[in-house]
Amino acid sequence: MDRRTLLKSLAGTGALAAVSRFPAPALAQGADARTLRFVPQANLANFDPIWGTQYVVRNAAALVWDTLYGVDENLAPKRQMVESETVTEDGLTWTFTLRPGLKFHNGEPVLAKDAAASMARWSARDPMGIMLQGIQEELVAIDDRSFRWVLKKPFPKMLFALAKNNAPCSFVMPESIAKTDPFKQITEYVGSGPMRFVKDEWVPGARAVFAKNPDYVPRSEPASWLAGGKKILVDRIEWIVMPDPATASAALQNGEVDWWENPISDLVPLLRKNSNINVDIADPLGNIGSFRMNHLYPPFNNVKARRAILMALSQEDYMRALVGSDDKLWRPIPGYFTPGTPLYNEEGGEILKGKRDLDGAKRLLAEAGYKGEPITCVVAQDQPITKAQGDVTADLLKQLGMNVDFVATDWGTTGTRRAMKNPPGQGGWSMFHTWHAGADCINPAAYTAIRCNGDKAWFGWPNSPEVENDITAWFDAKTLDEEKAAMRKLNKDALDFVVYAPTGFFLTYQAWRKNVSGVVKGPLPFPWGVSKTA
Amino acid sequence: MGGYVLRRILSTVPVMAVVALFVFSLLYIAPGDPAAIIAGDQATPADIERIRQSLGLERPFLVQFGDWVWRILHGDLGTSIFTSLPVTNLIAQRIEPTVSLMVVTLILSIGVAVPLGVAAAWKAGSLVDRLVMAFAVFGFSVPVFVIAYLLAYVFALELDWLPVQGYTPIARGFWPWLQNLILPSIALGAVYIALIARMTRATMLEVLQQDYIKTARAKGIGQGGILFIHALKNAAVPIVTVIGLGIAALIGGAVVTESVFVIPGLGRLTVDSILRRDYPVIQGLVLLFSFAYVLVNLCIDLIYTLLDPRIRY
Repeated sequence: MDRRTLLKSLAGTGALAAVSRFPAPALAQGADARTLRFVPQANLANFDPIWGTQYVVRNAAALVWDTLYGVDENLAPKRQMVESETVTEDGLTWTFTLRPGLKFHNGEPVLAKDAAASMARWSARDPMGIMLQGIQEELVAIDDRSFRWVLKKPFPKMLFALAKNNAPCSFVMPESIAKTDPFKQITEYVGSGPMRFVKDEWVPGARAVFAKNPDYVPRSEPASWLAGGKKILVDRIEWIVMPDPATASAALQNGEVDWWENPISDLVPLLRKNSNINVDIADPLGNIGSFRMNHLYPPFNNVKARRAILMALSQEDYMRALVGSDDKLWRPIPGYFTPGTPLYNEEGGEILKGKRDLDGAKRLLAEAGYKGEPITCVVAQDQPITKAQGDVTADLLKQLGMNVDFVATDWGTTGTRRAMKNPPGQGGWSMFHTWHAGADCINPAAYTAIRCNGDKAWFGWPNSPEVENDITAWFDAKTLDEEKAAMRKLNKDALDFVVYAPTGFFLTYQAWRKNVSGVVKGPLPFPWGVSKTA
Repeated sequence: MGGYVLRRILSTVPVMAVVALFVFSLLYIAPGDPAAIIAGDQATPADIERIRQSLGLERPFLVQFGDWVWRILHGDLGTSIFTSLPVTNLIAQRIEPTVSLMVVTLILSIGVAVPLGVAAAWKAGSLVDRLVMAFAVFGFSVPVFVIAYLLAYVFALELDWLPVQGYTPIARGFWPWLQNLILPSIALGAVYIALIARMTRATMLEVLQQDYIKTARAKGIGQGGILFIHALKNAAVPIVTVIGLGIAALIGGAVVTESVFVIPGLGRLTVDSILRRDYPVIQGLVLLFSFAYVLVNLCIDLIYTLLDPRIRY
């Protein structure tokens, strides 16, 4: 081939490329209208919603397993698998009757013994379940459709416990599976929910597939979060795990996926410009940012040092670092509970309001006896939320004249280190950063981070009998007014004691293509009522 | 030759044993606790301890190591802590995409880089040479993920020629399989093309100065024959060495490429396992990669003897 022949060939190839295009692959041609392609918040690495309590597991499990009750958008428990319930006047004996016709994905009927065994496994891991186990007299099936739960003392929050959306939810499994040790993982994924898990197509870390359960009989009420009729309007839902947000964004713009659970705020302006994409708040219950101080060692074993931090910290600084300039995505919270929910209050929140008092905080630190000891500040760099908060905290501590030992690490290591009770200089820590789903912080039911029972408390091991009494008062409350009173006192006492430092309330977005309809805001991505056109 | 191959294969056994001990020890002393990750963010310390016990993570190092070696000797790489699936199954699920990515990248890289290197050497000092070297510098300098994003933006988002992400098994057809691999292979291969092209140019320049090339020219052999039959074959040994060494770089690059292009391969499995401290999976993968690397080195050594009959073992 000489030079001229080569040039002619190249020109021909160029012309060919100009008038044609590669035949697009199936994915790029627009997904089948019966298949919803969804990008979840994280990798579905395991699939036992009792053994592993990560949110992503709960979200997938809600497709496959049904619950006895479910909370609706007003956070009220509603019947789901249960047809009726009765409770004796003394509040000690609950009897639940299942709806007729419920079936597991293997064709077997859902029986009361399955529900009882499932509740037994759930109650070994769930904070409210553990409380129930502590006062349980008997949990037994009476016949095929009814089971009885007998308690030693009344538990007014029973229906909420069975309906709540915090992980672990009280999913119902076949008895043979539910008898698995709650600290060991199940290996069969048989539920009675609106979708069945296609185990053969599961590639952990990459893809999970759910197929419509043709035997599922939705309730007649309209769907509302975990309550009502869970009508599935597509044949398949494919979860495609995308670790890289830029790729997820491109795939959504290109129509290769239909719904992205958690686009990062940096990419939202780009998505908004695309006329084929809707962007809206994902979960109105949002998240509460936090850093926890170690109550076992100086200086934060002294409440004055912890108060000094609250006096000085600016929640706006934290939230700007997290969500940027989008004011719709955050708000300050002078307290520990989720804004916009019935029990939210700001009692005792003055310390977090108004102009930040750095000088006052320095004085308080001196009164606490702080003499420049290193503050081991553990910050996971691989989680944008913890990294942003950690950077702000380091700056805050320096402004207060504290000696910061900034430990930049990953989330896995943080998980280990925060459990260590050694002194900060000997493998322990002074503070670490995290966040809590707003759904967990609507009341003390599943709010492990607010507990102050010393050694049994969450990391940092706060110990305050007063706060614990307030929590008990909420559990014992029989009316909404009593609950509100207990919560006001709890918020005040928790702030006085500085259980942890709340850094603000923030929301995240979700995005979906406009040929998908029925997407709602909620604490998890509810697929019922979601349909798609070609 | 047969004896040599056997000796080399047997020599991999102690290498693998050292790798196994090293990997196991490293993971044992590394910070991070899978039980804490499994338990979730709301778990209490007691929950985490209970999960640690159920996973057997509280047992002494030697007991865990002995148990692991015993199972490996029986062909059992263990079970993933997180998925409860056998590690061999997880690897089997992921091996096709990674091998496909590597094969396509290798074919692309060698197919592009060797002719470019030969052309640059042939036209040393000319515009062609400068362009090839400029391309090589670009390939070396720009990170894989930047090239990946640029390719995805241009060819997927703007032109809509190719998909942004995903992988289609070859069983579903050659073209769908290849379509998903074109952009990742270019992104992953850029640095490799640069490396091979530079090495080819350098060795070709040296060979082209040799007396036997002048003799070949004097005998009237055409330019193509001189370059590809007389010069390239004699320049091939260092090029093959670079190709072999580069396979290790490909394994590292595959991690990034697979993440950006959402290819469910071994690279992503490695990263996910490390972040979750899924020890059995990490151990299985490192053993696999080590074995693959030893095997590649063996193949390279054997190719030397084919390219240069003077080399004997």
